[in-house]
Amino acid sequence: MKQVGNRAKSKLQKAHIVLQVNGEQVEVAFAPHKTLLEVLREDMRLTGTKHGCELGECGCCAVLVDGRPVLSCLALGVAMEGHEITTVEGMAVGTELHPLQQTFAELGAAQCGYCTPGILLTAKALLENTPRPSRDEIKEALAGNICRCTGYIKILEAVELAAARINGEKGEKAEPARETVYGWE
Amino acid sequence: MAGSNGGKRNDLRVVGKPLIKVDAKAKCIGELKYADDLVLPRMLHTKLLRSTVPHARIINIDISNAKAYPGVHAVLLGTDLPVPYGALPVSEDEHPLAIGKVRMVGDPVAAIAAVDEDVATEALDLIDVEYEPLPVVTSIEDAYAMPEPRIHEYGELGNIHRRQVYEFGSVDAGFAEADYVREDITFYEGSTHLALEQHASLAQFSHDGKLTLWTSTQDMHYLHRHVAKVLQMPASHIRVIATPNGGGFGGKCDPFNHEIIVCKLAMITGRPVKICLTREEVFYCHRGRHPVLMSTKTGYKKDGSITAMHHRTILDGGAYGGHGVASTFYTGILQPTTYTLPHYRFEAVRVFTNKAPCGPKRGHGTPQPRWAQEIQLDKIADHLGLDPAEMRKQHAIQPDSITANWIRIGTLALPQCIDKVVKGSSWKDKFRKLPYGKGIGIACSAYMTGTQTPIYYNKMPQSGVQLKLDRSGGVCVFCGSAEIGQGSDSILAYIVAEVLGIDPFDIRVVTGDTDLTPVDLGSYSSRVTLMTGNAAIEAAERARHLLREAVSAKLDVPGERLSFADRRVFDMENPEKGVSFVEAVWLAEEKYGTLGTTGSYKPPAAPGKYKGATIGPSPAFSCTATVAEVEVNPETGIVVVPRIWIAHDIGQAINPVLAIGQIEGCVYMGLGEALMEEMTYRGNRNLVHKFPSFLEYKSPTTLEMCDVMTYLIEEPDANGPFGAKEVGQGPQLPVPPAIANAVFDAVGVRIDEIPMTPDKVLKAIRAKAKAQEGRYGPSAFPTCPMPPAMVVPTPFQGGDGKAIEREPAASRK
Repeated sequence: MKQVGNRAKSKLQKAHIVLQVNGEQVEVAFAPHKTLLEVLREDMRLTGTKHGCELGECGCCAVLVDGRPVLSCLALGVAMEGHEITTVEGMAVGTELHPLQQTFAELGAAQCGYCTPGILLTAKALLENTPRPSRDEIKEALAGNICRCTGYIKILEAVELAAARINGEKGEKAEPARETVYGWE
Repeated sequence: MAGSNGGKRNDLRVVGKPLIKVDAKAKCIGELKYADDLVLPRMLHTKLLRSTVPHARIINIDISNAKAYPGVHAVLLGTDLPVPYGALPVSEDEHPLAIGKVRMVGDPVAAIAAVDEDVATEALDLIDVEYEPLPVVTSIEDAYAMPEPRIHEYGELGNIHRRQVYEFGSVDAGFAEADYVREDITFYEGSTHLALEQHASLAQFSHDGKLTLWTSTQDMHYLHRHVAKVLQMPASHIRVIATPNGGGFGGKCDPFNHEIIVCKLAMITGRPVKICLTREEVFYCHRGRHPVLMSTKTGYKKDGSITAMHHRTILDGGAYGGHGVASTFYTGILQPTTYTLPHYRFEAVRVFTNKAPCGPKRGHGTPQPRWAQEIQLDKIADHLGLDPAEMRKQHAIQPDSITANWIRIGTLALPQCIDKVVKGSSWKDKFRKLPYGKGIGIACSAYMTGTQTPIYYNKMPQSGVQLKLDRSGGVCVFCGSAEIGQGSDSILAYIVAEVLGIDPFDIRVVTGDTDLTPVDLGSYSSRVTLMTGNAAIEAAERARHLLREAVSAKLDVPGERLSFADRRVFDMENPEKGVSFVEAVWLAEEKYGTLGTTGSYKPPAAPGKYKGATIGPSPAFSCTATVAEVEVNPETGIVVVPRIWIAHDIGQAINPVLAIGQIEGCVYMGLGEALMEEMTYRGNRNLVHKFPSFLEYKSPTTLEMCDVMTYLIEEPDANGPFGAKEVGQGPQLPVPPAIANAVFDAVGVRIDEIPMTPDKVLKAIRAKAKAQEGRYGPSAFPTCPMPPAMVVPTPFQGGDGKAIEREPAASRK
């Protein structure tokens, strides 16, 4: 029995395009078969975008393309010309974290933190379309993002808390519930 | 020591507060660097050629075309790395690349370092391997029936890797005292960790002859030893850095072939070499939950008390030893730690099969036997007409006791945990009272907080911490622990801040680096908070002592009157009189010179003296009670879990929001194992994994995850830092059996096999409708020749912890 490989393919010439990433125009050259994920991580060194499967199954690599969540492992880099791309590095404004980043940190919604960028961006898109989503709407929106650490609960709570703060709600509504941080009595 | 005060403290300023983790913001802005995020100039990339056959001799490997391919810098074969290794000293049965034979689909046979991943992948295709297939061992039954060909040339008997038999007390005497005896055969399918981060490693060999390895590992210290051994290099010339793990769950505990391979390739090429496994490769790395077939024979009285248990397990170990010998112990050795059990016999067998090797996954070997006992207890309560919650509470093991197998239990607030979930879930209004299709079930567990002994024998500490105090008033904590998302870096900052009266923000934490940090054995067995925490307390108390002496002399206030809080050192009787923490550091540096302290932790000795007695004992045991509510669709067999109540005795939560996060994560993982997760193979198609992908390997999403009501019970344990006990693993144990018991309450059928997929539930419901036994699960338990038992008299019998005799081999069937 023989395990005989296919013979190698020839190299393709690099594509040379301008991408709009986190509000900046960036000139970048890369092999044309590269996915957006690879272009972001390898050619632009934006390693905040993670990968868990590179098959469009886990949600780790989600970024926003024109405000909509897209799995960057399934998008081709060359198809991104003329589109506005937002990665986790583009969520904070200066040194001020996005409310979602803040609530995820406060509630321990990022345990290992590996699925966090994809979830933050997916949640950001949700809150921009649905400012005060129900728990079920959040679950639906994040159903394509796998997290193996948290059981999702702190993530759902962090999205709700961020929504409350973005909507300018005050007092108790803008603070985590007692059960969330200390458990039930 | 701060942990030895016995009661819960109310004077804590940092410990017990829901503070933000030290690395939380770096994670939320995408700044934290995981292994695959690291890039070095001139870095090469590695791909591994993996076996396409499950069991075969390698007749020939032709690498000439691959070597000549443009962009390829090195091709490595098994013979280039001839020294074997393995997680445990008793089963060093792996080579980084196969030598002479492959034992599973996915075994690496060659490695290529090339300018990029594409070139490496293309060059893999140029390698020709000739295999001579061997008969394939697919299952426990195969392993029993096929002693030849052996997958390994070592092991106890044919393809039986390991057998062990212990008898604590006399089960025959215990069964004779029982009113009833029942035996249940159950099966817990294997599952994998499925951490989001694919394993990645980067090695650099510098021209001064030193090697650095950055890798996603939970157990940096052990890996360091294995790399040194296989590369035949002094460990002092190797630096291993544990990068933050994108999830571990036990899946990054073993030393991995790819970690050693990139080191060797870096040494050959003189360039940095990186590898990142694909998701499919991660499935084949595995080291996850062992499939375990169990027979649990239990004697019990009318009040539900247990008189004896004879527990037998068979583990399908896969192709390598790994941590398997320890896993084998754990399928039985913690069985006596939850309920009073006077006589206990434990027999375990681990077999080799041509599948991905199993190993430690959250709970390491204990979720399977816990499941077996908890679903059996539900049957016992049903038989006796007792409330299963009340029965468990009645017979919960006593705190400050020693089990039949000589494990010392410290604090254990199991009755309080049961009370919390019974009240919270309105158990008494629901149990056996819900309409058909809805049900409620309970289960409990206890779990260790670290192991008593390290993996290789030594008398040194298991955890070390060094503190550096500098003139800025900043404190740096150095510790070899590996941050895998559980918050171990933060725990160090909280504890040192508590002792020194400063803010955690004033502290820098440096962890997981064999050059910079003292040894911590790794993120396994729920040991980190207890062991690094105690070491951190010792180091911080020594630093506090230096500061106290210096400030005492300066202020002319007796040292014992000085208090450390709010970044100040001051006279308790006259709080105005004091110095800032920075000034205190200056004074101490004037007096003592450069400031640095160390702390160490070694677990207390265990009372058992028999061979094997070191596995199981722990400085402290946590415990958990869980109630699950289910909805079972009798038409489809689909089980939905809307809500789980869970109470966990954590001793003292160092940070409650992180502790709750661990519990919710345990519920999640338990839910996945209970209902859907399974690591299975295609026996008729070369024994390939059935579904090595995120899409097809089912795990719960937001839509399947249940609501969780978590109760933290804080019964401080004298052995824990500030009384803290584990929380990362134990709470998973009772989740699957609580769900199974709720399924019985809902539709009256017993599902004695994990996962409880709809087809199994439906078969049991249909069988019951036809007046057959409403059960799904295994009915036969295969046997193999067993060695004589090691007989150990129990503490109740007045034993001294030693084994007394070995019974003759033939005396028991």
